[in-house]
Amino acid sequence: MSELLQFLFSGLTVGAVYALVALGFTIIYNASDVVNFAQGEFVMLGGMMTVFAYAAGLPLPLAALIAIVATAGVGVALNKLAIEPARGAPVVSLIIITIGASIFLRGVAQVLFGKQIHRFPSFSGDTPFRIGGATILPQSLWVIAGGLTVFVALYLFFTKTLTGKAVLATSNNRLAAQLVGINTNWVMTLSFALSAAIGALAGVLITPITNTSYDVGIALALKGFAAAMLGGMGNPKGALVGGLLLGVLEALTAGYLSSQYKDAAAFVIILLVLFIMPQGLFGIKQTERV
Amino acid sequence: MTFRNLTTTAAAISAFAVPAMADINIGASLAETGPAAFLGDPEAKTLRMEVDKINAAGGINGEQINLIIYDDGGDANKARTFATRLVEDDEVVAVIGGTTTGPTMAMIPVFEDAEIPFISLAGAVEIVEPVNPWVFKTPHTDRMACEKIFADMVSQGFTKVGMISGSDGFGKSMQAQCKGVAEASGVEIVADEVYGPQDADMTPQLTNIKGSGAQAILNSGMGQGPAVVTRNHTQLAIDAPLYQSHGVASKQFIELAGTEAAEGVRLPAAALLVADQLPDGDAQKPVVQGYRDAYEAETGEDVSTFGGHAYDALYILKAAIEKAGSTEPAAIRDAIEQTAGFMGTAGEVNYSPEDHLGLTLDAFEMLEIKNGEWTIVE
Repeated sequence: MSELLQFLFSGLTVGAVYALVALGFTIIYNASDVVNFAQGEFVMLGGMMTVFAYAAGLPLPLAALIAIVATAGVGVALNKLAIEPARGAPVVSLIIITIGASIFLRGVAQVLFGKQIHRFPSFSGDTPFRIGGATILPQSLWVIAGGLTVFVALYLFFTKTLTGKAVLATSNNRLAAQLVGINTNWVMTLSFALSAAIGALAGVLITPITNTSYDVGIALALKGFAAAMLGGMGNPKGALVGGLLLGVLEALTAGYLSSQYKDAAAFVIILLVLFIMPQGLFGIKQTERV
Repeated sequence: MTFRNLTTTAAAISAFAVPAMADINIGASLAETGPAAFLGDPEAKTLRMEVDKINAAGGINGEQINLIIYDDGGDANKARTFATRLVEDDEVVAVIGGTTTGPTMAMIPVFEDAEIPFISLAGAVEIVEPVNPWVFKTPHTDRMACEKIFADMVSQGFTKVGMISGSDGFGKSMQAQCKGVAEASGVEIVADEVYGPQDADMTPQLTNIKGSGAQAILNSGMGQGPAVVTRNHTQLAIDAPLYQSHGVASKQFIELAGTEAAEGVRLPAAALLVADQLPDGDAQKPVVQGYRDAYEAETGEDVSTFGGHAYDALYILKAAIEKAGSTEPAAIRDAIEQTAGFMGTAGEVNYSPEDHLGLTLDAFEMLEIKNGEWTIVE
C-alpha cells in the first residue's frame, strides 16, 4: 500500500512538471494555432536566469521575478523578430520557425551560461513529508500548487476577461477579429509574453527537482507536448490532466512493470487515446466551414 | 563544425599550405557541446591550456605543437568525419579524443587504416579489449569501477546489491560490466532498475530496490541522474548505503545532490579530487596538485577527473614523441606502448603490447562524501 502511494507521489511530482510545461503551450496555440517548440527553451531560460541571478547574490524571489520578466521579453522578441515578419505564412512554417528559434536559444544559452548542470535550493527545504509510509518533497507540492494556480488563472483569463476572449477570437478568425476592433498584433505579442512567462515560472519551480542545463528544453518540451496532446491541445484543463496522467502512468509502469519500458508504456497509452479521441481527452472537435 | 587553432592563424594557414615541417600536428575530436559537454569541455580547455604551456616552454624537441580540435558534440557520425579530416587534411601525427565511447569506436577504423596513434578519453573497456595496436586510453574502465565498488561492499559485509542505472551509453555500459563481474566479486545483484538520463524522480525504482532486500545500492550513471537518485535515496530514508560511479567525480555532483543528501555516498575516483589529502611522499601528489591549481586558475572552474584524462593523454604523447625523437606516427606509437611508470592524474600508467589501458585497481581511490567534501576511505 505504501508502495502504491509512493508511486503516486512520484507520478504527481513528475506529472506536475509536465503539466506546467504543457500549460505554457496553451496560450500561443490558442492565439495562433502554432505549437511553439521553443516552449522548452522558455522553461530552461527561467531556470538558468534564476540560477545565475541567485548566484550573483540576489534573494531567490527577486531572482525568479527577474528571470520570468526577462524570459517574457525573450518571448516578445521571438514574436516580433521571427513570427510577425512571417505572418502570412502557413501554420506549419510558423511551427518550423519556432523549432529554429529553440535551436538558436539553446545555442545562445550554451555560450552565455556554459554547459554545466545547475540547481538552486528548494523553496522550503528538503525534509520530506511522510504520509502513509510514503514521502513527498515540499518542492513537489510547490510544483503541483504552481500548476493548479496557472491552470485557474488561465481558465479565468480565457473565460472571464475580454483580453482572453480576444485571444480566442484571434485564433478563430484573424480577419473577423480585426474587423471587430481587436488589435491582433498586440494579442500575438501578449500571448508570446504570457507563454514565455508561464514557461519561465515552470523553470523556476521545477529546477530544484529536475536541475537545469542549457539543453533541458528539448526533453521537457517533448514530454510537455505529449501531455498537452493527451489532454487536448489548447485546453488548460487538458494540459493539467494530461500532464498529471502522463506522470502517474510513467511512475506506475516503472513501479509495477519495468523501469525499462516506462517511457514506451506512456507513449503507447497516448497513442491509444489519440486513436480513439483524436482531439485528446478534453479537446474540442474542430469543424471547418468550407 | 567549429575549427579552433591555438597557435596563430598564420601557423594554421601554413599547416594547410605545406605539410608542416616545423610543427607537430596533434589532432583531437571532443564533445565540447552536446550531452557529454560537461566531459568534453574540461578536456578541450585542458588541452588548449597545456599545449600553450608546452609551446611557451619551447615545444617538443624544439618543435611547436599545432593543436587541432574539432567539436563532434558526442556524435559518432561527426567524429568519424572529423577523424578522416584530421588524417587527410590536417595530416596529424597523433590524435587525442573521443570524449565518449561511441565516437571513439567510430574513429578507431580510420586511425587504424591510416596507422596513426590514437589515445581515447572514453571509459568503456571495449576500446582496449581486444588490444588494437594503434589505440590507447587514459581513463579507468567502468569494469574497474565495478570491481573497486564491489570489493568495498564485500569488505563491509554487503553481498546483496541493488543496481539502478541510467539508460544513456555510460550507464548501460557500466550496468553490463558490473553484472558481468558481480559473481566473481562475490556479490549478488538482487534488483536491476533503469531510469532515463533526464528523469526528474526515481523514487519508484528506489522503492522497488528497497523492497528487494538489497544491502547496498549501486548507481551507474553520469550527469544529473545520479544527483536525483541521491536526493531520492535520502527522501525515502533507505538504510542501504548508496555507491556512485566515477562518472560523477566532480564537485558539481555534490552541489546538485545537496550536501545533506550526498553525505555518506561512496564512489571510486582518481586521486585528483583529493590531491591535498594524499600522503606527502606520494609520487602522484605534485602531479595532481599542479594540474588542479593550473586548471582552476585558468578557467575559474572546479577541476574534474575528465580534464585530467586529457592531461594524461597529452603528456604521455609528449613523452613518447621526445623518446622517439621523431614525429613519425609509427615511431610515436612504439614509444607510447613503451610508456612505463608515467605518473598521471589517473594513476601510474604502464603500457605494454598486451595492455593499452596501463592502470591497475590501485589507481582508484575509494572516496566518501563527508560534509560536502571528498574524503579517502581507509
